[in-house]
Amino acid sequence: MNTTIKIAGIEMKNPVMTASGTFGSGMEYSEFVDLNRLGGVITKGVSNVPWVGNPTPRVAETYGGMLNAIGLQNPGVDVFLERDLPFLNQFHTVSVINVCGKTVEDYVEVVERMADTSIGMLEINVSCPNVKEGAIAFGQNKEALYHITKEIKAKAKQPVIMKLSPNVTDIGEMAKAAEAAGADAVSLINTITGMKIDIHKRMFALANKTGGLSGPAIKPVAVRMVYQAAQAVKIPIIGMGGIATADDAIEFILAGASGVCVGAMNFVNPYTTIEVIDGIEAYMKKYNVADIHDLIGAVHS
Amino acid sequence: MSEFGQNTAKSKQEVFVIEQKEIAPDIFDLWIETTMAQHAKAGQFISIYPKDKSTLLPRPISICEVNRENDRMRLVYRVQGAGTKEFSSYQKGDKISILGNLGNGFPIEKTKEIKVMMIAGGIGIPPMLQAAKDALGEVIFVVGYRDSNLFLKEDMERYGQVVIATEDGSYGTKGNVIDAIREQKISADVIFSCGPMPMLKAVKQYAQEQGIPAYISLEERMACGVGACLGCVCKTKEVDHHSYVHNTRICADGPVFDAKEVEI
Repeated sequence: MNTTIKIAGIEMKNPVMTASGTFGSGMEYSEFVDLNRLGGVITKGVSNVPWVGNPTPRVAETYGGMLNAIGLQNPGVDVFLERDLPFLNQFHTVSVINVCGKTVEDYVEVVERMADTSIGMLEINVSCPNVKEGAIAFGQNKEALYHITKEIKAKAKQPVIMKLSPNVTDIGEMAKAAEAAGADAVSLINTITGMKIDIHKRMFALANKTGGLSGPAIKPVAVRMVYQAAQAVKIPIIGMGGIATADDAIEFILAGASGVCVGAMNFVNPYTTIEVIDGIEAYMKKYNVADIHDLIGAVHS
Repeated sequence: MSEFGQNTAKSKQEVFVIEQKEIAPDIFDLWIETTMAQHAKAGQFISIYPKDKSTLLPRPISICEVNRENDRMRLVYRVQGAGTKEFSSYQKGDKISILGNLGNGFPIEKTKEIKVMMIAGGIGIPPMLQAAKDALGEVIFVVGYRDSNLFLKEDMERYGQVVIATEDGSYGTKGNVIDAIREQKISADVIFSCGPMPMLKAVKQYAQEQGIPAYISLEERMACGVGACLGCVCKTKEVDHHSYVHNTRICADGPVFDAKEVEI
């Protein structure tokens, strides 16, 4: 049975990765999960300088999901290179850095710092809904997305994955813009902008008022968008949004995703990634699927 | 930041409920059987996963008391929302899913041969019980309640003097814990504290005025409980060691902090 996939020439032992922002740089969850078993680890967003993030409360639960407005708190690229990357280097898994910034120059600075490192791929965060500058500002307009993708591709030494926002009218058009600018892959979906109000206090549940919705509640939206993106572009797609089980992951793969990420469900069950990996193999055995590639985009009417 | 005690490996376990009862309106006293009890430190917490998957996230609950020898852990919590409402229905023999032990506890080693004042309010009282059991010096409790539903009073009395303040004046000093401390002229060498934020702010200020070291347990809305999501942060005086931005993680680096280190 073959579960190995290749995204832009980078080989992964299976298609299962961690969604940015839900797994740190793997340290905290390495107490629960053998990182060697994962196809890849996608890190929390890394910026050129430390970012302080938003005020609390930053998280709120919703029906079958959660809102977050962390605001990309992170120690910046220097600490990432000194502490986080050497940690990840101990494991046989593909390290994917998620890069965030306020300006194109901020992104390019981090991308250039990765040039001679063991980072396998770059995921460019143009879709975080919780920061006031940068991020989603580049991801909701196809010209802006084309432009930043082009700038980053010109400097990047590793394959570039553009992480797309679901908060757009036509996801296919956005995926096409990334592809036209030379992106090696796209990942989707980031969180869906939402809001929760505490009716007893008559206050917003989050200090930021709005936050990004994730968890099982968003899965049907994510599967639909992965399918639409797969119809629009030829580059590989990494699908995510509410994956809790192998069955969920297989839905994304059938919709057209070559890779999948577990996100918010890491918080609910720290072993989710491993259960998804084992469950995909069990599914392949049950249906006599020799190669995972036979499942990618294999949905039919 | 918080270097109190060593952290033993965390795990997710399926455990059995030994017994549960309501000890005051909406305050539940739950005993579970778990090997986590063996390594639990006073001031640490565990997370309980609701069975209803519409309530997705684990609920952090402080450890009230442990019997380390026979794997028993006591959790005393208030019903606040859908998750804790579900927990309150658990009965003997029910199987529940927990994650623990989380966070760092109170610096028990700092109580050696000195007097420790356990200042707590409301649902901040439970973790002080194990702290008092483990303390290496004399213990005095100063605890605040809304009214005369004085849950855990008899338990605390086994480990030290208990001074009580009630908001409605129905028992002890009318007012808050600081009012009780001043009225009774209580002094101590170190303070451990847990309770609502206005109380913790007052404790921090009182400790500073008196020049007494104080260790306070904070809470915040959490998602992961293990330091990965950065949902539950608190502003700090110095840069934190995780993100280097004066924002420390309450779940992983706390929940107990030196009052001087956090800006509340």
